[in-house]
Amino acid sequence: MDNDKWAFGLTMMVVGMGGTFLTLWILSLVMDLLKKVFPLPHEGGGAEKKS
Amino acid sequence: MLDSIQTGLYGLTSGVSYLFSQGGPNVIMLLVGATLLYLGVKKEVEPLLLVPIGFGCVLVNIPLSDLMEPGGLLRLLYDMGIANELFPLLIFVGIGAMIDFGSLLENPKMLLFGAAGQFGIFITLLLALALGFPALEAVSIAVIGACDGPTAIYVASQYAPQLLAPISVAAYSYMALVPIIQPPIMRALTTPKERVIRMAPIRRSVSPQTKLLFPIVVTLVTGLIAPKGLPLMGTIMLGNFMRECAVVTRLQKASENEIANVVTLFLGLAIGGTMEGHAFLKPATLMIFGMGFVAICLDTVAGVLFGKLVCWMSGGKVNPLIGAAGISAFPMAARVVQAQGQLYDKKNHLLMHAAGVNTGGQIGSVVAAAVMLSVLKGMGLI
Repeated sequence: MDNDKWAFGLTMMVVGMGGTFLTLWILSLVMDLLKKVFPLPHEGGGAEKKS
Repeated sequence: MLDSIQTGLYGLTSGVSYLFSQGGPNVIMLLVGATLLYLGVKKEVEPLLLVPIGFGCVLVNIPLSDLMEPGGLLRLLYDMGIANELFPLLIFVGIGAMIDFGSLLENPKMLLFGAAGQFGIFITLLLALALGFPALEAVSIAVIGACDGPTAIYVASQYAPQLLAPISVAAYSYMALVPIIQPPIMRALTTPKERVIRMAPIRRSVSPQTKLLFPIVVTLVTGLIAPKGLPLMGTIMLGNFMRECAVVTRLQKASENEIANVVTLFLGLAIGGTMEGHAFLKPATLMIFGMGFVAICLDTVAGVLFGKLVCWMSGGKVNPLIGAAGISAFPMAARVVQAQGQLYDKKNHLLMHAAGVNTGGQIGSVVAAAVMLSVLKGMGLI
């Protein structure tokens, strides 16, 4: 395999795999944020308020 | 008069004489088509795809049938939805409408398993380059490792249409073979102690608003990072948004049933139509099948090893077997994890955790393809 192909393959590997990990990590953070901003209402929420 | 009869008879015998004179590859492909039909019908291996693909393969290999010539039925289907990538995208709308991302949203970190499960794509890319395939063909072959039929077809139809047939058949075949390919690798890479780790039950913690906003946010984030993959992610998330908003039930049902069924039929027939013997039977086809196998094995290896890493980091709270579900074959890979877990501890229920990882793999495969396309665009290759 010539140098150009190696360079292309390694670039795709580093940037591609790194980019995939980075994108999915960002997505997981955003999903965590969404869950914090819009939490699931507690079913026993009314009873908690009374106490 | 006699001449006319002879000419007429020639019209009736030309197909048979072609078959005996230069139809060797067609005969082989007729057998391949019959095998695909057998696997689909008798063994029920991805029948929705293998039956139309197998039948399309039989049709196109009957000599002088002209079905893939301009104006022919299969050529018409090919031009209508594969040459312009429409069919895989319509299938993605249906997939998005079918998938519940709830188990992934319960634990968003599971998405990282979906990234690890794409590792095979990139090693296979290096392998394809080493075997002499040009850059864009190598990328298209590597995407078989996404274990995601529509994505493989989408990429191959754009950048290596001459390899579309072997790539799509390999992608769907290996997806169907996940229950056979994965277990030995999972067993080889885990200890008996790791296989019986019980994970804490998933507590319901996702609000309807979160589920509704999820497809929009994913579309925006991935679209901004990797815009070349937006058709893929956009369609899958459109389907999911229709599912979660619950006000377009008719569209959602049509997407996951009627549209997906019709498109699957057309897609399968058109792919079968690309399997003409003289074009399909090349050493490259065998190499593509070999590399596809390597890609899926490596995906599984990377997923399980990542699972072991997370297991170690969590102090033994995560069963590494779930890493194998980080590929896109949904829900097959999750079921394989559940079955393997229960093989060693009948009361171990890994299915929900594995389903979260598996839906992460679904997103991961699309993100990996989108990132690759955007990197190619950045490098000026497309």
